[in-house]
Amino acid sequence: MTAPLLKVTDLQKSYGAIRAVAGVSFEVMPGEIFGVIGPNGSGKTTMFNSVLGQITPEAGSIELNGRDITGLNPRQLNQRGVGRTFQTLQVFGKMTVRDNLIVAAQEHHGSMFSRMFAPGDSGLGGKADALIDQFHIKHVAHKKAGELSYGQQKLVDIAMAFMSDPDLVLLDEPCAGVNPSLVGGISSLLKELNGKQKANGKASSFIVIEHNMDFVMDLCHRIMVMVEGQVMAIGTPDEIRANKQVLDAYLGN
Amino acid sequence: MTDFLQLLFSGAATGSIYALAALGFTLLWQASGTINFAQGEFVMLPAFMMLGGMAMGLPLPVAFIATCVVAVFVLGWAFKRGIADPLFKYGMMPIVVATIGLAIAMRNGVRAGYSAEAHPFPYLFGEKLFNIAGVTITSGDVGTLVMALALVLATQGFLQKTVTGRAMQAVAQNTESATVLGINVPRMIFYTFAINALLACAAALLVTPVYLAKFDMGESLGNKAFFAAIIGGFNNSRGALLGGVIVGVAENLAAAYISPAYKDAVALVLFMVVILFKPQGLMGFKEVRKV
Amino acid sequence: MKLITKLGIFAFVVLLLAAPPTLKSYGIYLFTYWLIYVIATMGLNLTVGYAGQKSLGHAAFFGIGAYTVAIMMQAGISFWLALPTAMLGCFVVGLILGFPALRVQAIYLAFATLGFNTAVWLVLRNEEWLTGGTFGINGIARPNFFGLALDDALPYYYFVLVVTVIMAGLLWGLLASPWGKAFKALRDNPIRAESLGINIQAYTLLSFAIGAVYAGVAGALFASLVQFIEPAPFAVHASILMYLMVVVGGPGYFFGPVVGAAVGVLLPEWLRFAQAWYMFVFGSAVVLLMLWLPDGLLSIPERLRAKRLAREASAARAAAAAAVPTQAQQGAQ
Repeated sequence: MTAPLLKVTDLQKSYGAIRAVAGVSFEVMPGEIFGVIGPNGSGKTTMFNSVLGQITPEAGSIELNGRDITGLNPRQLNQRGVGRTFQTLQVFGKMTVRDNLIVAAQEHHGSMFSRMFAPGDSGLGGKADALIDQFHIKHVAHKKAGELSYGQQKLVDIAMAFMSDPDLVLLDEPCAGVNPSLVGGISSLLKELNGKQKANGKASSFIVIEHNMDFVMDLCHRIMVMVEGQVMAIGTPDEIRANKQVLDAYLGN
Repeated sequence: MTDFLQLLFSGAATGSIYALAALGFTLLWQASGTINFAQGEFVMLPAFMMLGGMAMGLPLPVAFIATCVVAVFVLGWAFKRGIADPLFKYGMMPIVVATIGLAIAMRNGVRAGYSAEAHPFPYLFGEKLFNIAGVTITSGDVGTLVMALALVLATQGFLQKTVTGRAMQAVAQNTESATVLGINVPRMIFYTFAINALLACAAALLVTPVYLAKFDMGESLGNKAFFAAIIGGFNNSRGALLGGVIVGVAENLAAAYISPAYKDAVALVLFMVVILFKPQGLMGFKEVRKV
Repeated sequence: MKLITKLGIFAFVVLLLAAPPTLKSYGIYLFTYWLIYVIATMGLNLTVGYAGQKSLGHAAFFGIGAYTVAIMMQAGISFWLALPTAMLGCFVVGLILGFPALRVQAIYLAFATLGFNTAVWLVLRNEEWLTGGTFGINGIARPNFFGLALDDALPYYYFVLVVTVIMAGLLWGLLASPWGKAFKALRDNPIRAESLGINIQAYTLLSFAIGAVYAGVAGALFASLVQFIEPAPFAVHASILMYLMVVVGGPGYFFGPVVGAAVGVLLPEWLRFAQAWYMFVFGSAVVLLMLWLPDGLLSIPERLRAKRLAREASAARAAAAAAVPTQAQQGAQ
């Protein structure tokens, strides 16, 4: 049996009297697209931010490739191969799209000192151009990211997460606020990126929080349903769709 | 011991004047994100306006009222419409530099247009001395402390107990929600600027008799107001009074017990300590950075 | 590059090289003074304009540089040893000043740096045994450049010009390297930057430290220029003026400091004809400038381009609308 890429065990986080995450455990396998769904307030974002080092959990452990990463800060996690996108757009508005992508991976090359003398694009120009082509944003590559439309900025935001070839990418509502005509495009892009082998021969795994059910069911290999800070069910899209408890609590008829 | 109490009392009196300037400064920041680097000059200008009024023959109370009216228009409305509103959406830098330029212009405008010298200013509360249990205090200090305290409490009361005041607080905490609730946000912000102008006039009335009216009186006063606002708590208006009194008392004690040369240093040290260990100020609340 | 830009740069270089010999000694002194502030402002532009920090204490480093050189030269040490010492001292103190920046944000950081400046100024003013207090330090010599005396106004000007070009070149190189993008990322979105593996703590500290070194170099040159220093030019109001120079020139624009320092240093001189009112005019000019160009003077080309694009876009829209037949016309057919 292959070892899981990410193993979360009994994660707990409370805000005062509110138990936002009340003992959540799950595993994500290498190359898997793992969806997380649930009503608002179910603790999805808190769980997400705990894995990403934005919040420190009170109890529980998080292991990446067998090594404990609980409590590491976002920068350390990124250096270990964890990437993320943000629910509210977080691009670098005053830099060009291409520079946004380059800066997204440049800190993985060389040391602080060597970077003082490295070429401006740290040798990442080719990779940035490849992602720009893949995301169909070539026509705006040299504009300032802040000048793009919402949908285009969303694509840049997602592309940035993939520049450093992460083992695990966490996507926080990648379809939020996006024109329905673009949702299919994002889904295909994510499938392409998931299918492509990285330079080191490993495939990357995704964890996706989303409210768009069609998107989630179509994209994900397995889905976890969270309700009131706990895991209600984990299974394939078909299993989840057939799960009576989940239908009652969340999906409806 | 009596010396100490005297210093304490007169320090508190001076500090209460800083509190007035600090309170206005804090309110402006909360309501509109405006950092007013000309706050000291906002006290200096009313002082000269009152002097001008009295030179034209007006008695002090009349000059004061007239100054308040002009100040609300110039330092309140004109400042808001002319500088704060247009620059609001560009972030902190342009407004900081614009108010710096404004301070330079005001300072030198008064210097060139009125006088470069120090002018005496009438004492509002007379110059009597009282002796209570061996401690000597002046009527000026008593009057200043009472009046400043009354003004700060009145402002607090207005903000917390009246409908308009609570609307102003709503605007300060969440402008978008306030708009949705039907609050006239621009008018509420204007009221904040107006209150700042009035507090500055009051501060001028109280501080000028002691330190004389001079074109550069705003510089050190402005600094003290900043320090007081930060020490007390920049996002809590109650903190301004505490911060002002702390700065006033600390200065007095430092000048007497340490050295007059390092008098300014004490407020500074307190300020640095607060900034490093409790940046939101003694009475402020932590501002959370949202992802 | 457009022809007009090339011509402009050429004219500027000619001005820098050929104008001073035609000026009287006060004119040469002004040019030198301006270049020194260009160096100091370049450093602040890095901290504030490229890395997005708040620093209202820059003049403190200017002072540390000036006094380090003055004190060491008085003790008989050569300028060429004093200068690197000043740079190192400023780097270390700059790092230390960066630490509050890790803990406090924006406006609180601005006040913290202001407090730092006041603290340094107080030491300069009160510690007479070290700095001469309010009496300052007199008789600071000009350095020797490989035996070439720089005592006269014109040779010293060219020396300062060379140093300015070198410092500018180093900064250009730094900003063109990955560090430049890291600083801008820190400025535009520190949270995202951190989640991309950028060490925002390190870059924050370095933006303060490197900015401080630039001010220190400027201070060292300043000491030898004016040859008598006292604490006044290193107080908070000087920091505020330097901040003004960065913002007026254009934060985050490489040549912002050139323009900003000109406004801060040369404009008041030019306004002297207004006599007692000249600072009033200066202050008012700054207010008006900020209202007209909140992003600084060097944002003019961008604004013109944006206006042109907006005009073209609305013209295109108007043309497209005119090409569509109206309902009445269609109905009639």
